[in-house]
Amino acid sequence: MLNRLLSNDLPRSRMLAVVLVGLLLGLAFAPFLFPGVKALNVAAKVLVFIVLVGSFDLLLGYTGIVSFAHTMFFGIGAYGIAIATTRMGPTWPALAAGVAGALALSLVLALVIGLFSLRVRAIFFAMITLAVASAFLTLASQLSDITGGEDGLTFKVPGLLSPSFALMEEPFLGVVIDGRLLTYYLLFVLALVLLLTLLRIVNSPFGRVLQAIRENEFRAEAIGYRVVVYRTISSVLSALFACVAGAMLALWLRYNGPDTSMSFEIMMDVLLIVVIGGMGTVYGAAIGAALFLVAQGYLQDLLRLGSEAASSIPWLSALLSPDRWLLWLGVLFVLSVYHFPTGVVGRLRTRAAAAALRKA
Amino acid sequence: MTIQARGFDWIPLALVPALALVMLPLVGSPSSWLTLTVAGLAMGLIIFVIASGLTLVFGLMDVLNFGHGLFIALGAFVATTVLGTMSDWTGSASLWRNLAAVLPAMLVAMAVAGAVGLAFERFIVRPVYGQHLKQILITMGGMIIGEELIKVVWGPQQIALPLPEAMRGSVLLGEAAIEKYRLFVVVVGLLVFGALAWTLNRTKIGLLIRAGVQDREMVEALGYRIRRLFVAVFAMGSALAGLGGVLWGLYQQMVLPQMGAQVNVLIFIVIIIGGLGSTTGALVGALLVGLMANYTGFLAPKVALFSNIALMAAILLWRPQGVYPVSNR
Amino acid sequence: MSSASPTGVAAGTSQLLELRGVHTHIGAYHILHGVDLQVPRGQVTMLLGRNGAGKTTTLRTIMGLWQASQGSLHFEGHDITRLHTPQIAAMNIAYVPETMGIFADLTVQENMLLAARSAKRASQMDAARLQWIFGLFPAVETFWHHPAGKLSGGQKQMLAVARAIVEPRDLLIVDEPSKGLAPSIVNNMIDAFAQLKESGVSILLVEQNIRFAQRLGDTVAVMDNGRVVHAGAMQVLADDTALQRNLLGLAL
Repeated sequence: MLNRLLSNDLPRSRMLAVVLVGLLLGLAFAPFLFPGVKALNVAAKVLVFIVLVGSFDLLLGYTGIVSFAHTMFFGIGAYGIAIATTRMGPTWPALAAGVAGALALSLVLALVIGLFSLRVRAIFFAMITLAVASAFLTLASQLSDITGGEDGLTFKVPGLLSPSFALMEEPFLGVVIDGRLLTYYLLFVLALVLLLTLLRIVNSPFGRVLQAIRENEFRAEAIGYRVVVYRTISSVLSALFACVAGAMLALWLRYNGPDTSMSFEIMMDVLLIVVIGGMGTVYGAAIGAALFLVAQGYLQDLLRLGSEAASSIPWLSALLSPDRWLLWLGVLFVLSVYHFPTGVVGRLRTRAAAAALRKA
Repeated sequence: MTIQARGFDWIPLALVPALALVMLPLVGSPSSWLTLTVAGLAMGLIIFVIASGLTLVFGLMDVLNFGHGLFIALGAFVATTVLGTMSDWTGSASLWRNLAAVLPAMLVAMAVAGAVGLAFERFIVRPVYGQHLKQILITMGGMIIGEELIKVVWGPQQIALPLPEAMRGSVLLGEAAIEKYRLFVVVVGLLVFGALAWTLNRTKIGLLIRAGVQDREMVEALGYRIRRLFVAVFAMGSALAGLGGVLWGLYQQMVLPQMGAQVNVLIFIVIIIGGLGSTTGALVGALLVGLMANYTGFLAPKVALFSNIALMAAILLWRPQGVYPVSNR
Repeated sequence: MSSASPTGVAAGTSQLLELRGVHTHIGAYHILHGVDLQVPRGQVTMLLGRNGAGKTTTLRTIMGLWQASQGSLHFEGHDITRLHTPQIAAMNIAYVPETMGIFADLTVQENMLLAARSAKRASQMDAARLQWIFGLFPAVETFWHHPAGKLSGGQKQMLAVARAIVEPRDLLIVDEPSKGLAPSIVNNMIDAFAQLKESGVSILLVEQNIRFAQRLGDTVAVMDNGRVVHAGAMQVLADDTALQRNLLGLAL
């Protein structure tokens, strides 16, 4: 049964399985295990990023396409919710309309971008998506009547999910069951379902064709698979998932602005996570997201300590300043691409396979 | 790729004046048109200076440097430091004193950008020759690291880069007001283009570069160490980006650590339009983009951003490999 | 695995180019399975064999475009096994690949200038030598200022060979110069190579065209399945029709 749930894509490494189970439990019981607003925020972000990065891995790791437009779809999903609730009030129909509209727009844009790749080389494609994404970012800040411009939109969510709603008067296991908690579990369920769906997709015949195309496009085309069609479907799927992830983010933050969901930094974060976690292994997105976001949340504190400790050496102190955490992330990123190309998941699986060989 | 009768394919180059002429009736007043056109050419030439190195690097060695924007920012910031120390000369009303400050600033910026370019090639790019995916990821990573280091050295906020005294203001051509600085940029840009064109077409090294862009293997089989040439081209491309950064910084009268990332996108659009590996293509692309940005900025500011993308899409529908595709091995 | 003893070549003559037990892998494919080849000085050595025998791979391995995974290559006594292509070419070996390697966007003159390593400008190319080349390949002179891509297949082939001899070289390696050419052009090509041979250039030639082989070859090596299966004087092969049918599947 586990096999079918995971679409036959087992961890294949005891260590990995342990980590994944730990992650699952940690996220499932986060409100109870890690009290405090910050911890829950990080956990919710992890859930959102699991979906966002997982869908990016579908594109990058399985289809072999680099697209910088991923955060654009993320933003569209977030704005969908934000605009709908702002315009139509904090109701469930508004949420539905927002998500539906965002998905529709994502579908159309992904189709157009995907079909455009018909005429251009893969390298062009990467650059074009970069251009389109940055155009969208500027558009979002400029259409202030609709999107709230640079300031973004703050909005309310339907009663059940809002923080003021309380299911029970008494705290349960030390935690108040309020709208926040319900929103968290909504996100949890969504993330879990979407992750399993991604596993199903990449392990299906469709997914296998994608991998064939990634390995040797020429041969795949020669065998008879229309490469452009598969790539387009893959980018559409990936865009739709990213869109949903955006909606999840907006629901949690009850706010969205251009920098919250569409900034270049988020794109870099996604790239970093997928590389560190392991490209072409949906699990990599999950582990990478958890590692990265936890580190990001607490890295700045670490740097602050370091910076203060080195305060007598000004240039060292400046390098270790918590504002410069992106520098160290960048270094980590470059090192990972060189030395760690298969990421955490890849490493764990290789070690497990090597250990199995030694035993045999 | 078709080679036109006896040589040069004029159509893409003709698009530039064609665009300008098409816009004349739309803009209405000839004086506004002239101002916009000069502004567009100036902007376009700055972009060309920056993009020329990138397109040659790709054409020659198949290396995609997504971090090219770093050298732009670096050049601009170095200029702020250099010009900062020469404030009495930039404050002077004499154009010659101003130039005597600006020119060293440009040269120092180019030297620093070129040196960093050498390091970038050695440590970031060289280990990933031939692997496009990793190149994209790593050069982006390199740019982020570089940007953060700029913030460490110069601080994270924007710094003003005022124009020297005698370069401010405009000259009047009939009723059209043409900014002096923009004329300066046009001159510098044309000089760079001229120098590049001369080097590529009249020297042996230029010949090697042009040949290498088409068939790297054959150039090696003729006995030339093309790797060394590549390092030199990379450094030169970075130096030119640095120069472009100085020009851009003065154009905007301020510099930002993120300015590299911002201009990056524009550069990519330009070299896609031009055709990866072609300097003439980069010129056409850059001029078209510069002109387009200024005309639409005037006529329909909200559309301005998409005008570049629309332009790129239109060109790709006509010639999917860019206006001057390089015939490759 | 070792070839038949090379007859017709005086024992003790130092070979210009010598391959010993060369294996080449391209990715997962094992193409050359221990090639032993001797190219004597001042002669035309023909490299014959069916399609897919490994002839082009051998040439590319000599030029360093592919690295030998095993074995050794020596040129004029120097070990060139691990050298890079530019270094090998700089030892005065000229290579004309099967695809000709013409730079289509450059003019004929620029193609020639590129090959003339010692010339920094067109005016510095050896004028007398150029005249000789124009005599061999008139098309090169006719289209001197035209983009090389405009030339016909045969003219490109001539340009490719002209480029290889624009400066004196010790060894010319040519891969199927007559492929796809009209018979009259092939005759021109044969005459040109004959003249080259008379001028004392050592040539290693891969050819499918039998008349080419017979007319020009002094020594011959036949390849099959990534090995040299026969080597010796051309005359010996030319006189033995049974051997020809055996090795090449047809009579010369």
